Amino acid sequence: MSEEQPNLVTINIDGKDYQVAAKQNLVEAAKSVGIEIPHYCYHPKLEMAGTCRMCLVEIGMPMRDRAMGAPVLNEDGSPKIGWMPKPAIACGTSVSPNLHMKTKSPMVQTSRASVTEFLLANHPLDCPICDQAGECTLQAFSADYGNGKSRYRDAKNVKPRNKSVGPRVLINNERCILCRRCVRFCREILKRPILGPIQRGSMTQIDCYPGQELDGNYSMNVVDICPVGALTSKDFRFKMRVWFLKQTKSICTESSVGVNTTVWSREGKIYRITPRRNDSVNDTWMSDSGRMIYKTVDDENRLTGTRRGESSVDFDEAIDAARALLSAGKPAFVASGKMSLEEQWALKTLAASFGGDVYLTQTLAENDGFLISEDRTPNRRGALVSGLVKDFESASVAKLGAAIDAGEVKTVFVCGEDLLEQGLDAKQLKKVDIIYLGTHKNATSEEATVVLSGRTVFEKSGSFVNQQFRLQRFDAAIPGIAGTHNELDVIAALAARTITDASVETIWLSMNKDCAALAGLEFASIPADGVLLDASPWAKLAFPETGSLLYKPAGK
Amino acid sequence: MATQNYKVIPRKPLRWWEKLYIPQVIAGMKITLGIMLRKPVTLKYPEERPTIPKGYRGIPTLVKDQNGREKCVSCQLCEFVCPPKAIRVTPGEIDPNAPDAEVIEKAPKAFEINMLRCIYCGMCQEVCPEEAIWLQNEYSLNGYSRDSLVHDKEKLYELGGTLPDKHLKWKKKAEAQAHGPAH
Repeated sequence: MSEEQPNLVTINIDGKDYQVAAKQNLVEAAKSVGIEIPHYCYHPKLEMAGTCRMCLVEIGMPMRDRAMGAPVLNEDGSPKIGWMPKPAIACGTSVSPNLHMKTKSPMVQTSRASVTEFLLANHPLDCPICDQAGECTLQAFSADYGNGKSRYRDAKNVKPRNKSVGPRVLINNERCILCRRCVRFCREILKRPILGPIQRGSMTQIDCYPGQELDGNYSMNVVDICPVGALTSKDFRFKMRVWFLKQTKSICTESSVGVNTTVWSREGKIYRITPRRNDSVNDTWMSDSGRMIYKTVDDENRLTGTRRGESSVDFDEAIDAARALLSAGKPAFVASGKMSLEEQWALKTLAASFGGDVYLTQTLAENDGFLISEDRTPNRRGALVSGLVKDFESASVAKLGAAIDAGEVKTVFVCGEDLLEQGLDAKQLKKVDIIYLGTHKNATSEEATVVLSGRTVFEKSGSFVNQQFRLQRFDAAIPGIAGTHNELDVIAALAARTITDASVETIWLSMNKDCAALAGLEFASIPADGVLLDASPWAKLAFPETGSLLYKPAGK
Repeated sequence: MATQNYKVIPRKPLRWWEKLYIPQVIAGMKITLGIMLRKPVTLKYPEERPTIPKGYRGIPTLVKDQNGREKCVSCQLCEFVCPPKAIRVTPGEIDPNAPDAEVIEKAPKAFEINMLRCIYCGMCQEVCPEEAIWLQNEYSLNGYSRDSLVHDKEKLYELGGTLPDKHLKWKKKAEAQAHGPAH
């Protein structure tokens, strides 16, 4: 084994040698070479438990002579493998050089079928009403590795069903296979042991410790990690079967952490948001509040249509009115960290063509120490990367207030922010004409002379730069609701002479040349887990983030 | 222009007995008379209706069990399997105050079958895990508007009626619950 690379070991799976990374268990090693070892209790981001016994495999090592230490050979000269007499769990076994594993032998197949039969002995035949059906590992592995029939003739056990364990989570203990992933999640990730097993033997149930409930902002992660339908979401309960839902990769807009998400939609309606694994950003977790952002799409405050003064007008008329206002005097542009990188670049072009200054808003709140950072916008660093602002200090909205008071600004173009929340007062807003481009109504949009309705993150494609300066891409999950326009189209219509094609791909061609950090990148080829950009030009700037899961700011 | 690849075959002139037409008329009358004397194969629809064979696939309907409980639990498998996408189910939770709410949990909030799309293939009946959707013997369906041919839940139960259930899965579940832990 002298020629082996230090981080790789050779293991033999089903008679074939594979080079796999060292220091991992056999489930992960087999997965890395495309071999599935079924498992319920093992989760890559939780400690190993070994409770489900589904990942049983046969394991053996080359035999050595006890006295001399010399390899024992078969008659044909090949090393003789000492197979363990009974199967062992793959999740609890680390790879080691020359380890041999059988995943298809009769013993392994019988083990899997027997484990499945035991798990199904008390499992209710609830699949038609179970929300997990279609993404249930018990369902999938029973079909793949089970016997296909039950020999159990006794009555099934009765346990509490549909018991609320928290404000957003229900538990059905009959469906539970006692893998204890949720228990480990509470203990290891939340650091609050809320859930635990009670009673014994076949009556074991998962329940909250007395006086506790599964509250907090990360409770719905137990729904994701539950391999069966025992823990289900109250929000998604009986809403739609998962096999109808289209999955779109997206990015959570809750904060600058940039949690990777999957948006599940059907026929233009979003049903739920779940986290998407990214080992550099959010592992496999996500906040409950981030999951509820899809409700903003058809919120009653949602802006649709275009308005000028008090009357609704068509899009072209509103654009003409906005252009007239922007040309009437010196304009100011208020950008936001909620805008995508492409929109920020387009706004920069627009501001340059009208000769206005750009101000960048800031929305700060408390860091929850896990996946919600201080900066509650997903893309404030994008304003630096796209070149919209040089630094945060010179573009603060307080300076806009001073400029308005001094009478230097006549028109303010606001992108989706409420200027009152940003520290301006109502008197200052009355002094200027406001053009508002955003998704939802707020005090500023009520004051605005021209209102243009934009789209939420679910209705358009683009990219965000998170707190690590990681460029991450999101795709449109649903078409924009009627009466709204893609912000890029609106900005392009306003900057008619400078932006001719407002598609994300075309804007990227220009951004490539314009923004040094993006040179050589293409929108279509941004990988699913993002690209880390070179942040050295902004290393001296002060950022509000103090660190979250998997991110620690330099010097802190 | 493309070259025309055909050959003109001249029609043969009729012989003298062919020009008489009488042998042909007699042959035709022979066939007609023969069929007139046979038992008719057609029905005088709509006065006469055919007997429906077993396993006939008529209009799909929803049925209730002998206790008047709707069998459908809105698992949406019929919606998934339906080849012309005629079925549309909106799942929902049943009234938590209903007597069996704890053991049933789920029922359709709305259930629509668009009979203009339905192709009577019977896949919905085949896939239904609760035996709640059945194709009936009824085949003659008409309406004055397109909307009247989109059957809603009420209409589907009206057409479907009651089909006694041998299993009564939910009753068994309620009994098990009353019995408590089995082992």
